[in-house]
Amino acid sequence: MWWRFRKHRVAMVSTVVVFLFYLVVICADFLAYSTPLASEAQRSLLPPQPIHWFDGGRLRPHVYGLAGRRDPVTFKRVYTPDPEKKILVRFFARGFEYHLFGLIPTNRHFIGVEGAPAEETLFVLGTDEQGRDVWSRLMYGTQTSLTIGLVGVALSLILGVLLGGISGLYGGVMDTIIQRVIEILRSIPTIPLWMGLAAALPNEWTTMQIYFAITLIISLVGWTELARVVRGRFLSLREEDFVMAAELAGCGQMRIIFTHLVPSFLSHIIAATTLAIPAMIISETSLSFLGLGLRPPAISWGVLLQQAQNVQALAISPWLLIPSIPVIIVILAFNFMGDGLRDAADPYGH
Amino acid sequence: MGGLGVGSSVRLLDVKGLRKFFPIRKGFLKREVGQVRAVDDVSFHVEKGETLSLVGESGCGKTTTARCILRAITPTSGQTLFRGQDGSVVDVASLPKSQLRPLRRQMQMIFQDPFSSLNPRRTLFDIVAEPLVANEVGTRQERVDRVAELLRLVGLRPEYMRRYPHAFSGGQRQRIGIARALALNPSLIVADEPVSALDVSVQAQILNLMLRLQAQLDLTYLFVAHDLSVVKHVSDRVAVMYVGKIVEMAETQRLFTAPRHPYTEALLSAVPKPDPRLRAHRIVLEGEVADAANPPSGCYFHPRCRYAVDACRQETPRLEEIEPGHFVSCHRARELTLRGVGQ
Repeated sequence: MWWRFRKHRVAMVSTVVVFLFYLVVICADFLAYSTPLASEAQRSLLPPQPIHWFDGGRLRPHVYGLAGRRDPVTFKRVYTPDPEKKILVRFFARGFEYHLFGLIPTNRHFIGVEGAPAEETLFVLGTDEQGRDVWSRLMYGTQTSLTIGLVGVALSLILGVLLGGISGLYGGVMDTIIQRVIEILRSIPTIPLWMGLAAALPNEWTTMQIYFAITLIISLVGWTELARVVRGRFLSLREEDFVMAAELAGCGQMRIIFTHLVPSFLSHIIAATTLAIPAMIISETSLSFLGLGLRPPAISWGVLLQQAQNVQALAISPWLLIPSIPVIIVILAFNFMGDGLRDAADPYGH
Repeated sequence: MGGLGVGSSVRLLDVKGLRKFFPIRKGFLKREVGQVRAVDDVSFHVEKGETLSLVGESGCGKTTTARCILRAITPTSGQTLFRGQDGSVVDVASLPKSQLRPLRRQMQMIFQDPFSSLNPRRTLFDIVAEPLVANEVGTRQERVDRVAELLRLVGLRPEYMRRYPHAFSGGQRQRIGIARALALNPSLIVADEPVSALDVSVQAQILNLMLRLQAQLDLTYLFVAHDLSVVKHVSDRVAVMYVGKIVEMAETQRLFTAPRHPYTEALLSAVPKPDPRLRAHRIVLEGEVADAANPPSGCYFHPRCRYAVDACRQETPRLEEIEPGHFVSCHRARELTLRGVGQ
């Protein structure tokens, strides 16, 4: 299977992309240079700040200092760069304190500025309405959004394999009940269902609790798809002659399941799971975008995009839409990767 | 092999009144609305060392009969008495599932489809050694030796042990299936159309292999088939099935030359003949095979039978022994003269 997967170019590239995104998840604190919640009213809606790489023929990345004032005619905040005031950008600069991988206490960041707190001077992707740095927030949002996909899929996987397996293996009444439940769950329009469930979450819950509740809600619908895949595989494999041969050879039920059935559909499950992750990510993003999922102060892609909800905000500050780019890239990468896995797992496709 | 085993008269398998009805379920609550009488009151016996063939059109219940005998599916009623290697006779049909295991070592199956009967993710060694592993026979080294021996026995090289089934042709795969069936030294082999999925040239090789193994290992075959030329080649006795019932059973030679049931006559007329002058005698049956869920009254064959009389429409004929060893289920068996195939 790995051999065939490697021949699938797009899927290989997508795998690398997905890997890089999860690297961001692990190193979000390292890649961010300012604390995601640091707000500065004086810096609100600042456009992305270009990094100048050369200074007098030498490689000295720097940004210009900014002076903000309000335009008396339009009342817009206008920022004028001051070419005289060069602020040097350093790699592995000191910044706010954090624990790398949640373990090692450090204050080094991938980029940063020396001499002044990064929060006041460096805005690679601009700032939002509250003057928070979009780049740093994007890093933290990636962390939340991508892990919610994984946790959600893990939950769906457990539910789906368990219930789908029971349904396909034993058949009869259990099968009927489980299949009808799946049909009912799938027939409820998802957005109103999520709205209802999200609204039922207590207000006083912490961000962490909400996070897990939202994953649960999303996987509540997600497991049905996997359960169907698993059931279908069990049903079709149960009829295969080699399963009957194993039974006639004297194999027990457990041995048949684990040496004949599971290995035959494992690759399918892996592919189905990979295809389920982007659906989860999209669910979370759209829920949060609608204000039903995670709510500030939690940061996720959906929460970030919530700021770009009205035309006015978009017209004045289009950079608030930047968080939609990683959403698109990750979804595409996961889908291509899943397609590649599925093709590689298919014993008949050549 | 013709007639070799007959006369030793030790009944290895004795099937009495075997029935298998499948329920037809409909609607939301899966209520039972009818039954498919796949196998309906089938009785026959197989003597040690002989080959009995079950023939019939597809859907006539021959595969279901074979699977009931092996208890791959549990029959609705009836007995299948099997004489074990230790001489004791047990009823396989009524045995609780937990006690089936020791019996399964003595009766094995060869499958029709050499592709779906081998797990594509396991090596030849895994496949052939599976019965040994499942029954905890031998150490690892002993199993390797046994698998090598079995592969040699079926005409494959033991070096292939580490390969996967996809590397082999249909005929070779069928040999692997045979090796697996032989792993535990069974006395009865149920072969469910073992050659119908193969090319004609390969069919002969597999049939000859099976005949050689029968002589070498003292095997008894229950051979399910629809190809009469194959049946003629391998069997001592033949049982013809139609819609879940045996309509005629006799020694191969007698059945082919002097059939007593109109259905057998029609089947025999369909055997390809090399002489073009004989082809005109082909009997083409009218209509469809009767529906096992809703069989016709009287003799199931009467709507298609060209000799049918009133009695056939009303009374169901019973399987009767009209000559020693020749069983027929037809009201007019004694009066009709039917055409067989010449020598």
